[in-house]
Amino acid sequence: MPFCFAALWMMANPLRSEVVRLYKNLLYLGREYPKGGDYFRDRLRAAFTKNKSVQDPEQIKAMIARGEYVARELEALYYLRKYRAMKKRYYEE
Amino acid sequence: MSGRVLVGVKRVIDYAVKIRVKPDNTGVVTDGVKHSMNPFCEIAVEEAVKLKEKKLVKEVVAVSCGPQQSQETIRTALAMGADRGIHVEVSGNDYETLGPLQVSKIMAALAKKEDAQIIILGKQAIDDDCNQTGQMTAALLDWPQGTFASEVTLDGDKIKVVREIDGGLETIKINTPAVLTADLRLNTPRYATLPNIMKAKKKKIANVKPADLGVNLTSKLEVLRVEDPPQRQAGMKVETVEDLVGKLKELGKV
Repeated sequence: MPFCFAALWMMANPLRSEVVRLYKNLLYLGREYPKGGDYFRDRLRAAFTKNKSVQDPEQIKAMIARGEYVARELEALYYLRKYRAMKKRYYEE
Repeated sequence: MSGRVLVGVKRVIDYAVKIRVKPDNTGVVTDGVKHSMNPFCEIAVEEAVKLKEKKLVKEVVAVSCGPQQSQETIRTALAMGADRGIHVEVSGNDYETLGPLQVSKIMAALAKKEDAQIIILGKQAIDDDCNQTGQMTAALLDWPQGTFASEVTLDGDKIKVVREIDGGLETIKINTPAVLTADLRLNTPRYATLPNIMKAKKKKIANVKPADLGVNLTSKLEVLRVEDPPQRQAGMKVETVEDLVGKLKELGKV
């Protein structure tokens, strides 16, 4: 019995640090979210908590990939907002 | 050839913040207001880092002039890929009166001290909209300038610059060392993500005083008054096209 738990724990562990890293990155990116950093943080926490019991490494890796996709989408959002603001203010179309 | 690029980065009120004029009309409210790197400076940093990634230059040095908080702006540049930073300490009244002339004197002195080959700046800051620092720096150093750059190509010891000008694009070729100023379409700046910020903590930021560079910060300009722009007049509604033409004639527009 104890061996089972140890095996499960060892399996999830290497991915745990990746998940934590992803969470911290998304939290940092979410500070500038248009609807507010708090809004983003609450939804981020809810999304991660909902999946906290998932054990399958393949599933976890897929979720990490989706999280990284969201991070890239946020960066694109921030860039576009800034670019459009600058274009509107400084360039006559 | 040092292969060194100096990039100037300015700490300004964040572009998305609604600006408020101080009640005494001496300036705008900056206390407790969100600040960030000038968007055109971000583009300048990105271009310098890109040149280094293509192995066309050896080192990118980020420079900022201002109070302690300017170091945050330098940290962002380091997180984007600059190798080291130089913080030129300017605070108090000197900082209030700091303008393109003083900054260009500082940049020119640093360019000589650091043996820089290229200086890249944003074309203008979104707070004062001067669009002068790059040009003044080039003049003080007697270097050629490629301003409003939307494309930069290094070609041996020359630089090909495509410039955004009224009515189109102009392509010029200038010698190095040179000063470039970045326009909006030059590149897409990368985001300074948390892992990059963590890595950048190991990079060094040197502290320098303008006096060490032999620069006099006295300004010959005095701000008399800062005001809100005039309120937009309410529009008028008309019922028919005839009414519209009539109104336009009334206003002397037709």
